Amino acid sequence: MTDGFVPAPLKQLPWRLLFLLLAIGGFGTIVLFSAAGGSLTPWAASHAVRFCIFLVMAIIMSRIPEEFYARMAMPGYAAVLILLIAVELIGGISGGSQRWLDLGFIRLQPSELMKLAVVLATARYYSMLPAGQVRTWTAVWPPVLLFGIPFVLVLLQPDLGTGLMIAAGGVTVMFLAGIPLRLFVGTAVIGAAALPVVFSFLHDYQQKRVLIFLNPEEDALGAGYHITQSKIAIGSGGIFGKGYLNGTQSHLDYLPEGHTDFVFATMAEEWGLLGGLAIIVAFVMVGRWGLQVASRATTRFGRMTAAALSMTIFYYVTINLLMVMGMAPVVGIPLPMVSHGGTAMLTVMLCLGVLMSIERHSRRRTGL
Amino acid sequence: MDPLKLLFGPNRQVTEAQQQFTFSRRAFFLGGTQVGIGVLLAGRMAWLAVAENEKYALLAESNRVNLQIIPPRRGWIVDRNGRPIALNRTAFRVDLIPDRLADKDAVLTELAQVMRLTPVDVERVRADLKKAAGFQPVPVAENIDWETFAAVSLRTTEMPGVAPSEFFTRHYPEGASVGHLIGYVGAASAKDYEEKRDPLLITPGFKIGKDGLEKTQEVTLRGLPGAKRTEVTARGKLVRDLATRPDVPGKTVKLTVDAGLQAYTGRRLGLESGSAVVIDCETGGILTLSSMPSFDPNSFSDGIGRIEWRMLQEDDHIPMLNKAMQGLYPPGSTVKPAAALALLQNGVDPEETVFCNGGYTLGSRTFRCLGRHGPMNMRHALMKSCNTYFYAMGRRIGYDRIAPVAKMLGLGKEFDLPMPSQRYGTVPDSAWKRKKFDQDWSQSDTLNATIGQGYVLTSPLQLAVMSARIASGKMLDPYLIHGQRKPAARLPFSEEQLQVVRDGMDLVVNGAGTAVRSRLPLEGIRMAGKTGTAQVRAIKGGQRGQSGNWKYRDHGLFVFFAPVEKPRYAGAVVIEHGMGGARAAAPVAKSMMTYLYDPAKAMEELTALEAGWGGDVNTRMARKAAAWKAASDPKAAVQAAAEGSVEDSEIKKTTEIEERLDAGAPVNRDAAASPEPETAAAPVTADVPPRPAEGSPQ
Repeated sequence: MTDGFVPAPLKQLPWRLLFLLLAIGGFGTIVLFSAAGGSLTPWAASHAVRFCIFLVMAIIMSRIPEEFYARMAMPGYAAVLILLIAVELIGGISGGSQRWLDLGFIRLQPSELMKLAVVLATARYYSMLPAGQVRTWTAVWPPVLLFGIPFVLVLLQPDLGTGLMIAAGGVTVMFLAGIPLRLFVGTAVIGAAALPVVFSFLHDYQQKRVLIFLNPEEDALGAGYHITQSKIAIGSGGIFGKGYLNGTQSHLDYLPEGHTDFVFATMAEEWGLLGGLAIIVAFVMVGRWGLQVASRATTRFGRMTAAALSMTIFYYVTINLLMVMGMAPVVGIPLPMVSHGGTAMLTVMLCLGVLMSIERHSRRRTGL
Repeated sequence: MDPLKLLFGPNRQVTEAQQQFTFSRRAFFLGGTQVGIGVLLAGRMAWLAVAENEKYALLAESNRVNLQIIPPRRGWIVDRNGRPIALNRTAFRVDLIPDRLADKDAVLTELAQVMRLTPVDVERVRADLKKAAGFQPVPVAENIDWETFAAVSLRTTEMPGVAPSEFFTRHYPEGASVGHLIGYVGAASAKDYEEKRDPLLITPGFKIGKDGLEKTQEVTLRGLPGAKRTEVTARGKLVRDLATRPDVPGKTVKLTVDAGLQAYTGRRLGLESGSAVVIDCETGGILTLSSMPSFDPNSFSDGIGRIEWRMLQEDDHIPMLNKAMQGLYPPGSTVKPAAALALLQNGVDPEETVFCNGGYTLGSRTFRCLGRHGPMNMRHALMKSCNTYFYAMGRRIGYDRIAPVAKMLGLGKEFDLPMPSQRYGTVPDSAWKRKKFDQDWSQSDTLNATIGQGYVLTSPLQLAVMSARIASGKMLDPYLIHGQRKPAARLPFSEEQLQVVRDGMDLVVNGAGTAVRSRLPLEGIRMAGKTGTAQVRAIKGGQRGQSGNWKYRDHGLFVFFAPVEKPRYAGAVVIEHGMGGARAAAPVAKSMMTYLYDPAKAMEELTALEAGWGGDVNTRMARKAAAWKAASDPKAAVQAAAEGSVEDSEIKKTTEIEERLDAGAPVNRDAAASPEPETAAAPVTADVPPRPAEGSPQ
């Protein structure tokens, strides 16, 4: 560590991750430029600006010590839960489903923040739980409540995709905490058996989405349109794509939501299989970085949080890509840092901020 | 057993180190999951983009490119001289494209004003719009005049979704006269489309042949559609035009028909319900195939109005039936030339006489003749149409020897003609009767059949073929599509035998025969013929089919050829309930022959006749349609007159429609609601006369 040209604070930044993020976000900007028909407005420019702001925010978050996040985990969770209930109440009063709170300068979507809050709170709980109690009920029911309550609230909004991600975050932490495997397997079996019952409780439009996912061609012009057009865009791109700014599915508006949930299809049409592989590899590397952070983390809270947040980011990508490639129902999960729209990017950057803080913490303990 | 043990496992005490180990293992598992899912996603993408690339590239292309079919221009139908019988006229139409309609109400309001649409029209368009979706155009009006078309075209930018276009309509200059022969065109039915799945069939403005030659020559006439390819957005906005493939127009079909004669014949049949066929004696080509009253194929092709359709359906003259091919009549005495040939073939001396004292006795029954003709040889028997001679001679050789000759001459036969349907009637013999009624052939059957009554039923076309074969001495087959034919074989009769019959037929018109009043008013050209009068029902009381209810009067028939010395034309005329061949049918034949040699003279005669009938065919049909229209909603007319307070514009619109109707133009309001002519009701078949009683007139 004798390099005098680069100041220490800069040198301490996790550059491997930052390069990956810049590559993903930059590529997203390029794709959005094309999605707008070769224009910076309305999407590319705002996407780039937002990406930079959030990235800076994440870097600042990395300077905050890990202990702070650990201490704030429960109060933060409580605050987000209250916001979530508030949204529910406002939605009830205004007589429609509402998912956000208008704070004037930003439309805050508490369910997004909850993805992070659930992971932190659950990890915090396990970090405080004595090792000896991991195989008791005490290790099971409080975390289940922690993710169960927001899950139900979000499901009522109704937002199946986000709700499942919240639950997945909590379950991931429980898995990492060492809860016996037989509990997961047993729950999975019961869940599978209860699926038809759950299905009958879904909203009509949610049921329709699931059915269309199972057979999109049945309703190619109606609600199956999204999946069908997305597959056409991806499939017609071939290996090398149709060339930048040459996508017909997106430019002629056949692909709906080509700048948000289906941005991957917009990209794949013009960049082909190669562009798609680049994005998949980049996200897998982001995930790997997160898990490495977890393995090097010095505290139990840090380990579990890092691994679970890495998985949370990966869930976003997985659900979105499965959806655009016709392997999952249309649930409205964007591709983080590529799709236009601030909320998902904010959540992912918050996750990364916490991850970078944990990484910094572990380095300070071990390296310096 | 502790249920917790079951849930949490046996080893419930976990140390920090164990916990750390578990975490590492599980985090490693999650890392594996990430990579695994990454591989799965990459694999899925490769499947879509590589393995199924071709399929999706095609789908993307069909998304991008909107294929607009350009209907091919239909081939013309021309007569033997190249004169058009069916051709295309440029017409204008206005459609609405539902997907491009931004503000439906505003556009409809403006369109109604520009095109002067009635509220009824607007309502219909609204209803159609509700049912339509996407790019499928909804027709607003077809066959609009150029001024309206121009007015709409100028305003298309203000009215997005309105698509004025030029297209072709079928036009038949001769109108009703060619109705049965040519048929008409119309939009393809849903059934047609389901069978072929050809998108051309549902292209607006595209019509297919629905009847007559238009139907049978469809393949030749249709041509190949062109395609206009445009790049469009999902909302249907045009991005740019791509390559356009022009249509290949259908081929012209040239007929053997003489359009002038066809038109003339249609007019000449006048108020009668009848048919006339003229055949070229050198080739067998059909010069005229006329059946009246008829329908106007022009109004059918534009979509016939409800009222006009009902008018055609309820007419007792059955305008929807092509009587020349589908009407079956007892031929009466017109088959006597065929019987005469059979007699000659069986060794009867044409000079042998039979004494006619007004009838023929068979057992205890007397078969009557029209008069007391005295001694009759074959020529004179034909001239006078003497039943007694044919009763006696027919009985001598038996009808089983006459029937083959009748069949050889074309009676009871179906011909290879490109027309949707023919009926072939009956030439009976003993085997036929055995099969049909399980009865023996009787002598009285022979007597009746010999003079064309009894079981015998023929179509006017068959009678025309018969006279053409007798006149030419050749096995002529009638045909309609112009082209080379292989020469016809000779009939198995000697020239002398044929000459006897021709002489007899010559005398019918030019001697002291039954049709002397129909001699041709031409220098040096004579027509030979044979009259026939066929009973419609049994003779009862005083009525002998010569008076009383039209429906029960006798049919008048006439077969003929001209000129006598070197026959050029032959044919047959059948006037339903015309009361007599000489009286009703022969004059029509005379006019037709006159037309072929001296059109001016024939037209002069026709004009005089038409003055008495109240105008030519088209004028009379239009007047009748107007009368029907007025009769079918008298209430509305009376109400409008009584109220008086109806806005001026309202009244003006109504009169406008009446005027258009008078002119024979289509009224879309009716057309939209009209039933498909083909499916609304099957045409009524010819009234097959009840079997006549034994004994017969003339």
